[in-house]
Amino acid sequence: MVSIYRIAASNDGERTSLPPLFLTAMNRKSKTIAVINYGAGNLGSVANALAKLGYMPLITSSVPEVLNAHAVFLPGVGAGGDTMQSLEASGMTAAVLKLVELQRPLFTICVGLQVLLSSTEEDGEHKCLGIIPGKVRKLPQGLKIPHMGWNQVRQTINHPVFNGIPDNTYFYFVHSYYANPSDSSSVAGVTEYGIEFCSMLIKGNLFATQFHPEKSGEAGLKMYSNFLKYALS
Amino acid sequence: MDGRVVKGTSFTNLRDAGDPVEQAAFYYREGADELVFLDIGATPEARDTMVNVVEKVARQVFVPLCVGGGLRNINDMRRMLQAGADKVSVNTAAVQNPGLLREGAAIFGRQCMVLAIDARRSGDNNATGWEVYTHGGRKPTGINALEWIKEAVDMGAGEILLTSWDADGHRSGYDNELNRAVSELVAVPVIASGGAGTLEHLYQALSLGRADAVLAASIFHYREYSIRQAKEYLAAKGIPVRLQ
Repeated sequence: MVSIYRIAASNDGERTSLPPLFLTAMNRKSKTIAVINYGAGNLGSVANALAKLGYMPLITSSVPEVLNAHAVFLPGVGAGGDTMQSLEASGMTAAVLKLVELQRPLFTICVGLQVLLSSTEEDGEHKCLGIIPGKVRKLPQGLKIPHMGWNQVRQTINHPVFNGIPDNTYFYFVHSYYANPSDSSSVAGVTEYGIEFCSMLIKGNLFATQFHPEKSGEAGLKMYSNFLKYALS
Repeated sequence: MDGRVVKGTSFTNLRDAGDPVEQAAFYYREGADELVFLDIGATPEARDTMVNVVEKVARQVFVPLCVGGGLRNINDMRRMLQAGADKVSVNTAAVQNPGLLREGAAIFGRQCMVLAIDARRSGDNNATGWEVYTHGGRKPTGINALEWIKEAVDMGAGEILLTSWDADGHRSGYDNELNRAVSELVAVPVIASGGAGTLEHLYQALSLGRADAVLAASIFHYREYSIRQAKEYLAAKGIPVRLQ
């Protein structure tokens, strides 16, 4: 069902799109960007955004392909517990943990951010990956839930991933739960919706957003582009 | 504070709207926060055309896309979502089979499920009420709109695309009593639709009508106002909007 794209970015950041057979021979020189297909998530939107930036991501459900990639995206839409189940069933839980251990550039989105924490209270208590200590909690009552729409991200650190993106830029959110890390050491951005919550995490080469850069117009594309420049340099 | 949305446009008739892919790209560049494709047409050929349009649009438009009109079942929805839509809206099909909302929400998540509704003021003014019309606003159902919306949200609708039958096409403002009644009734976002003729109408729907978002078609389609102008107007009135 899913179309497979092959590679594109070369070492110097020059973008090329070449037919798959030719690229097989070029693999050593070019860099692979993988979008993890674990049977859920809006991977098509993420792949479209990367293609717009001139990259041709490899959409894959193969653990070895993910582990061999130079930069990896973990898309997400839906419930935390379900996502953990799908990740587990596809063998991607171990793959994601391995990527983090290897310090491989990894960008996770929406529920992809939430699964990095220790546990989620969505649909009962579910254990998550535990890469970032803390819990995923339900947004407080009183405002409309899901939090669906554009909202501002206040940057709490300086990082090249924010290059050309002004502080308090609007990004697109769709979620009912939020990450509540137990310490703020990896928090990179916060957003206010009833409460102030962590909307972006950066820990070494691990990047995660509660919002959807692939649906956040030019600012979102810029963030992916910054990440890939950083990751592939 | 949450940024309220100025929605792009509804393509009420693909044949008259020019190239929908180009139109969508144009609205995206202008700063639309979301694009809504409606009234796809009920024939299989029309749906195939729409799948193709959605695929092309999704490759160059990086804001949420909602597609609806003529979607009858889970398979129709899945095709649109796989083509690149972020949300699907159902109207007549949901009235005929409310289970569709529950099923869709379970499979795709409620954030994907938009209930579109055409609501017409009931004749009796003492009982402030609205009746659900289906089949593109042609067929009365005898169903109370507020009751239906509440039920639909309980079933799994994650957003309400609320069109006033009375105001639609008149360009004299949204039905803000309706918008307000629905917005206060349910805890999911409400998009006001039908009746926009001026920028002040957009403001009224968000303030008086307490809608979470406004959808306008003709004022943008005929280039009377640009989306940027609309957003600057709302920002000057104190409504938080995304300005690029």
